[in-house]
Amino acid sequence: MNAIIVSAFFGVVMMFASWSIKGENKQKNIALIGLFLLFLANLAQLNGWYVVDVDTKNMLSFSRFGLYTNTLFYCLTFIYIWINGEEISKIGNHAADFYALFFFMLCGASILTSFDNLLMLFIGIEILSIPLYILTGSDKKSLFSNEAAIKYFLMGSFSTGILLLGITFIYGATGSFNLIPPDPSILNEQFMFSAGLILIFAAMNFKVSAAPFHFWTPDVYDGAPTVFTSFMATIAKSAGFIAFINIYLVQYKPFEKTWGIILPLVIVSTLMVGNVTAVFQRSVKRMLTYSSIAQAGFMLFALYGTSNFANEGILLYIVVYSLASIGIFAVLVKMKENSFEAFHGLAKSHPLLAFLTTVFLCSLAGIPITGGFFAKYYMINAVLVAGAGIWLVVVAMIFASISVYYYFKLIQAMYFIPGTPAIGELDKTYTYKLAVIAILIVVLGVFPNLLFNYLYF
Amino acid sequence: MPIQYYIYLCLALFSIGVIGVLTRRNAIVVFMCIELMLNAVNLLLVAFSKMFHGYALVQNATSTTGIDAQIFVFFIMVVAAAEVSVGLAIIVMMYRNTHSVDINFLNRLKN
Repeated sequence: MNAIIVSAFFGVVMMFASWSIKGENKQKNIALIGLFLLFLANLAQLNGWYVVDVDTKNMLSFSRFGLYTNTLFYCLTFIYIWINGEEISKIGNHAADFYALFFFMLCGASILTSFDNLLMLFIGIEILSIPLYILTGSDKKSLFSNEAAIKYFLMGSFSTGILLLGITFIYGATGSFNLIPPDPSILNEQFMFSAGLILIFAAMNFKVSAAPFHFWTPDVYDGAPTVFTSFMATIAKSAGFIAFINIYLVQYKPFEKTWGIILPLVIVSTLMVGNVTAVFQRSVKRMLTYSSIAQAGFMLFALYGTSNFANEGILLYIVVYSLASIGIFAVLVKMKENSFEAFHGLAKSHPLLAFLTTVFLCSLAGIPITGGFFAKYYMINAVLVAGAGIWLVVVAMIFASISVYYYFKLIQAMYFIPGTPAIGELDKTYTYKLAVIAILIVVLGVFPNLLFNYLYF
Repeated sequence: MPIQYYIYLCLALFSIGVIGVLTRRNAIVVFMCIELMLNAVNLLLVAFSKMFHGYALVQNATSTTGIDAQIFVFFIMVVAAAEVSVGLAIIVMMYRNTHSVDINFLNRLKN
C-alpha cells in the first residue's frame, strides 16, 4: 500500500515541479530523490511498517515476493533515470512531465505485483499502458514517433477490450472478481470459464509481446524515442510478466488444462519469431526489439514454475535483462544512426565503451560470468523441475545459440571492421555510469544469490 | 428474459467492433469500434450482475450480490475516458504532421 500511494503522490509532485521548478537537472534530482523515498517506503512495508493502512477488502494482497519485486523495479528505474536523465530532457520541453509519467507507471507496476482481484488487474494494466502511449508519441515532430504511438494506442486498447471480455466471462462463470480459484467441479459454466482464461491469456501475451501477438512490438519500439524504448522494453514489460505469473501461476494453476496446452506453443513461436527475425535486421534498434521478443520467450518459462527456481529465476531474469537492455540502449542513444555501420571501429576510438557494450551483449546472449547465463540457467531449470518436457529445453537452447550470432554480429562490427563510428558527444562520466551497470551484471553473474537472499528474510 | 439473449447480443456487438478494427482504415472509426467493444463488455457485465442479483434475491431479499460488476462498469467507463483523451491527442498530433487520419499512411517503419 505504501508504494502505491507514495508513487502516485510523487507523480503529482513531479507534475507541479514541471512549472514551479526551472532547470532540467533540478527536476531530475527531484525525481531521483522521489524514487529513493519510494524505495524507503516500500522497504518499510517489507518490514511491516505502514505509512497508510487501508482496508482493501481483499482486492490487494501484499506478499513478500510482490513487495520485493517492487523494490527491484524502483532500483532499476533509479538507474534508468540516473543514466538517461539528460537524454530525457532533450525530448520535448517539459522533462518533469515524463518523470511524472514514470511515477504513475511505477504505481501501476506496484498494483500489478499485488493484485488479488480482476478489477485491480485491469486498473493496473491500464495505469501502466496509458503513460506508455504518451511516451511513445512524445517526439511530436517525428513522423516515426507519431506512427508508433498511434499503432501502439489502437492495438493496446484493442487488447484491453479482449482482456475485459475475458474478465467478464470469468465473472459470468464464477460470480466474483476475486482471484480465489473456484472448485473446478462446481462450475456450471465450464466453457465460459475456459474461454475467459484463454482471452485473458491472449491479452496478457499482447502486453508482454509474446509471439502470436507481437506484431506491434517492432514498429512501436523502433518508432519510439530510444530513451523511452529502453523503459518500455525493460521495466514496463517486466511488470507485465509479474502480473502474468501472479494470475496464471499463483491463482489459476488448477486450470492448467485450458491454458497449459497453449503455453508451449506460445513459447516456441516467441523464441522462433524473435530469434530468427533478429538475424536479418540491419538496424541495431530493430535487432534489439526482436531480441526483446526472444527474451520474452525465455521469461515465459517462469509460468512452468512449481519450484523456487521459477520465482527466483524470473527475478534474476528481470534484473539482468533490464540492466543489460538499459545499458545497450544507453549506448544506442548516443549513436547518430541506428545501423550496424554506425558501430564500425568503435573499439578503436572508444575502447571502454566498446568493452561495456560487449559485456551487455554477452549478458543478453547468456555467456557465463555475466548475469544472463544464470538467468537462463534458472529458467531452464524451472522447466526441468516442473517436468514439462525435455524437448522444450532443447528448442530453447537451439534458439539461444542462434541469438549468439546476432549479438556477436554487433561485437564484430565494433572490434573487427575498421571505420569511423557515428557517435555523438560523449563525456567521461556517462561511460563510468555505464561501467557501474556492467559491474552489477558481472557481480550478479558470479553471485546470483545476492539477489534472492532478501526474498526470504 | 434468459441470460443467453444478452450474451449473444453482446458477443455480436463485440464482433462488430473487432471486425471494424480489422477492416476500417480511418483512425477515428477504428477508435470508435474499440469503444464499441468496451461498451459490449459493459452491457454484458450489467446483464451478469442482474442475473446473479436475481439468484441471490431468491434466498435473501436484501442481498447486494452482483453490485461489484456494476462498479466495474464505472471503472471501465472512466478508463475508457482516459484512453479517449490520450488517443484523440495522438490522432490530432498525427493529423498535424500528415493532414490525414488514414492508418494506411502508417507504413514508414516497415523498412
